[in-house]
Amino acid sequence: MTTTSTAPSVTTVAARATDLSKVYGEGETRVTALDRVTVDFPRGEFTAIMGPSGSGKSTLMHCVAGLDSFSSGSVRIGDTELGSLKDKQLTQLRRDKIGFIFQAFNLLPTLTAQENITLPMDIAGRKPDAEWVRRVIDMVGLADRLNHRPTELSGGQQQRVAVARALASQPEIIFGDEPTGNLDSRSGAEVLGFLRNSVRELGQTVVMVTHDPAAASYADRVIFLADGRIVDQMLDPTADGVLDRMKAFDAKGRTS
Amino acid sequence: MFRTALRNVLAHKARLLMTVLAVMLGVAFVSGTLVFTDTLGNALRNQSAKSYDDVAVAVTTYADQRDEKTPGITAATLKKIQGLDGVDTATGRVSGFAGVADPDGKLIGNGWSNTGGNYSPGKNGKDSAYTFVDGTGPVAADRIALDKETAKRGEYQVGDRVRVATNGPVKEYTLSGVFTTEDGAVNAGGSLVLFDAEVAQKLYLRPGVFQDANVSAAPGVSAEKLLAEVKPLLPKGADAKTGQALADEQAEQIESGLSGLSTMLLAFAGIALFVGVFLIANTFTMLVAQRTKELALMRAVGASRRQVKRSVLIEAAVVGLIASVVGFAIGLGLAVGLRSAMSLLGGKIPAGPLVVSPTAVVAAFAVGVLITVLAAWLPARRAAKIPPVAAMSSVHATATVKSLVLRNSIGAVLTLLGAAGIVAGASRGGSSGRTVIAAGAFLALVGVIVLIPLLSRPVIALVRPLLKRLFGVSGKLAAQNAVRNPRRTGATASALAIGLTLVTGISVLGVTLGQAVDRMTTDNIKADYMVTMASGDPLDKSALAALEKADGVSAVSPQQATSLRVKDEYHSASAVTPGEVQKIFAITTLSGSLDSLGKGEIAVAEKTAKSNGWKTGDTLRVQFDDDKNGELKVGAVFEDNEFLSSVLMPKNIADQHGSLADIREVWLKMDGGATKANEQALVDALGDNPAMSIMDRQDIRDMFGGSVNLAMNIMYGLLAMALIIAVLGVVNTLAMSVFERQQEIGMLRAIGLDRRRVKRMIRLEAVVISLFGAVVGVALGMFLGWAIGQTLSSEIPNYVLVIPWDRIAVFLVLAGIVGVLAALWPARSAAKLNMLTAIKTE
Repeated sequence: MTTTSTAPSVTTVAARATDLSKVYGEGETRVTALDRVTVDFPRGEFTAIMGPSGSGKSTLMHCVAGLDSFSSGSVRIGDTELGSLKDKQLTQLRRDKIGFIFQAFNLLPTLTAQENITLPMDIAGRKPDAEWVRRVIDMVGLADRLNHRPTELSGGQQQRVAVARALASQPEIIFGDEPTGNLDSRSGAEVLGFLRNSVRELGQTVVMVTHDPAAASYADRVIFLADGRIVDQMLDPTADGVLDRMKAFDAKGRTS
Repeated sequence: MFRTALRNVLAHKARLLMTVLAVMLGVAFVSGTLVFTDTLGNALRNQSAKSYDDVAVAVTTYADQRDEKTPGITAATLKKIQGLDGVDTATGRVSGFAGVADPDGKLIGNGWSNTGGNYSPGKNGKDSAYTFVDGTGPVAADRIALDKETAKRGEYQVGDRVRVATNGPVKEYTLSGVFTTEDGAVNAGGSLVLFDAEVAQKLYLRPGVFQDANVSAAPGVSAEKLLAEVKPLLPKGADAKTGQALADEQAEQIESGLSGLSTMLLAFAGIALFVGVFLIANTFTMLVAQRTKELALMRAVGASRRQVKRSVLIEAAVVGLIASVVGFAIGLGLAVGLRSAMSLLGGKIPAGPLVVSPTAVVAAFAVGVLITVLAAWLPARRAAKIPPVAAMSSVHATATVKSLVLRNSIGAVLTLLGAAGIVAGASRGGSSGRTVIAAGAFLALVGVIVLIPLLSRPVIALVRPLLKRLFGVSGKLAAQNAVRNPRRTGATASALAIGLTLVTGISVLGVTLGQAVDRMTTDNIKADYMVTMASGDPLDKSALAALEKADGVSAVSPQQATSLRVKDEYHSASAVTPGEVQKIFAITTLSGSLDSLGKGEIAVAEKTAKSNGWKTGDTLRVQFDDDKNGELKVGAVFEDNEFLSSVLMPKNIADQHGSLADIREVWLKMDGGATKANEQALVDALGDNPAMSIMDRQDIRDMFGGSVNLAMNIMYGLLAMALIIAVLGVVNTLAMSVFERQQEIGMLRAIGLDRRRVKRMIRLEAVVISLFGAVVGVALGMFLGWAIGQTLSSEIPNYVLVIPWDRIAVFLVLAGIVGVLAALWPARSAAKLNMLTAIKTE
């Protein structure tokens, strides 16, 4: 029971996966991580991907974000088809079109907050849009921490630097891999608030993998994965609604 | 505990690889040296024992060709010895220089290893010391025999005419036979010409007299008994020993010669191992840091500090042992290789089995294991200090500020003390100054090593803007990564710095000395040619006479070694040709005139004049070589000249008194300078004598400068091992960095840093660390070179320090290349990292 949304026109879709499959191993050890998944991530929408562990939610994100290869199907970021790209072009695509937020913050300890934020532009050799960067920094409230190094910042502050880094280069789409996984609930709520604001106020597109119903409730839409397939979706989710849906998975897992 | 340690070694195989390699190379160097010298010593001892196999008693005299009064062994004496009961044969021996010309007229061999001797057949018609492989022994005046190797090199067959030069003119002989012998000199690659006994006596001593005699015993007669019987028959001044005693004496000499060689090689092995210590310490520091949690857990479940420490040390011992086993095997290979390399280079080494002494085995293993355990000592101590609670928290124990402050203060004090010692030694001069410098250099080196982590930050920060401008974000990240772990960067750079300190110091000294030699020849000599005997023996008078008459010669003077005794003190002096000597050497007279030599007066060098209180115009009461007394007036005092004796006296006076006056060299100035035609004129004048060496000024410069260059190259070669280990250290550090920063590199790849620039980032980090070490080493090396040069300056006239900038530039470029090469593997593995797993690793 694959749920397919009616395909909007290309220009309004930031990323799209069509019949996406990912298979690991051969013969008896063969594992299907993704099974012909088709999904759109419309521009200006905050999407959360949920599912029990092993459902393929991280794999889906990695494939769509150009971090991992896939076995069949197609993935598009904007107008670019990923399947035909070489490593070098993929790297360039990630650099120019995609922002990342990781669970473990992943900041460079040798760089200051400011330098971490502009790192993607540094890599690209582009001059950052100063006006935009200041706006992003103001939004995440880091103006007075810019010259600190990551080790001098709290976990929440570090993740805010990571959010700012993802936003600073104005990417086509931002992927978050459990961005609140390592944070206490207050800092987590802050970071999620920033992500939602970036969608509402800056028109950013955000896709986030999470297993926390409260985090998912910040999204415009939640997609549920199980056994490598999309099994459901929920628009304008609430934490309780998501929790109930997840409980259904658990029950199913226990009875089957 | 032991099992845990073993498991750990196995689990970290890859990360211990460089450590194993470093220890292995050091052990290979040590064991190779020991096995090689043992093997060589054994072969040489066997050789010398064999050459005395047939000799029960050897008799030597001090008979001298130039002094008729010195007694030798006459035919009568020999007959008396032969007549003794228990004597099998008694063979007289006489020997001297004999150079064989190859068909092109060039000398076979190198001068000092060309000998000639007598062929004396015994009762059975054979001379037992020589085994003929072709033809027969020379028993007529115009016959000779050659050793097999020399005959082969000259492509001579029995019946050919061979030109042989002895101390007199060249003569042609007919080759009667080719032989092999156990003679040590021949087996070491020298040439041996056998003459008929009478001819040899005439050439080397005087008719009917031998210099030495070898006595062989009849079966069952002891050498000692024979010795007692032979002794009373000998003339005054003769000396007799048993063959065994002589063989033992020679063995002892071989021993002491080889122990010098092995000490030098072991010193360089020590340097290599010392450099290795930094690499090993780095590795174990990292292993302990990575295992903080694990070790803390062991502590939490009840392991004592000592047990934790011991487990790390056992791990080190296991690594050291494995490395020693492999290193020892490589050392054996090295010893074999060295032996064949030496014989390829012309140094003939007698064959013999590979000797692996228990000492060599024990030394190699002890060194390998001890060095590794010692280097792991500090990391092990740090491991023992990990509190059990660290098992629960994720925070690594970081070095406290206090220990860094302490470390830096100690380093600063040591460096300053060392530098002060070096400066003090330099100003003191002489060999005592050099001792002070050596101590200072050691302190300074240790101090700089202690300080290097502190130095790394400002020095590398200095190049950061440049790297950023040239290489963009990879350059910026590389510079920052290089100083992230200052201790590790410091240890890595130290290893390179030690090697480069020595290499630079040697280069500064070598080039300075080389140029001093160059200046010495150009400043002191005006002559175009110097003629000597290739053997180092004195020239015959006939040669001097021939040269004086040669075409195109405008000035000629010998330097004839003689001596003067003034107030019971011997002064070595040179007899020169008055009026000619100042045309040949650049002599600056301080008082008087060299023309006074023509009036039968002498000239004295400044230092000698000063120390004896002689002045121009003084008259000295002297005793000549022939013990006759006389009076000589000092006619001039001149500035010391490296090529002249400190006392010059007219040749005619020396000739009147000194039958012993040796013509060491003859100097010539020729019309048109050093040209091919002029050289040929000299060759012709000397009768195309292969034993004469004719050197122009360039040759003289090469002779002295050549040894400086050779010494420099040998030291470069020996230091190469230390440098290789230092390079392994850079590889090790980079591999560790990449391993520790997987997550970061994964993130950089994810947000868009392509593989090429990841590689470049790692490579630049390696280059930065290498260059940092190289710069520190070069600076320290130049300082040391300056200091040691300063102590030599009093011994070298017009001393000028030469900094070989070209060489130093090459060293720095090489250090950069080393960095690039060392980063090859770590950079590749960084670029190949799987992004997803890298990001996920915690």
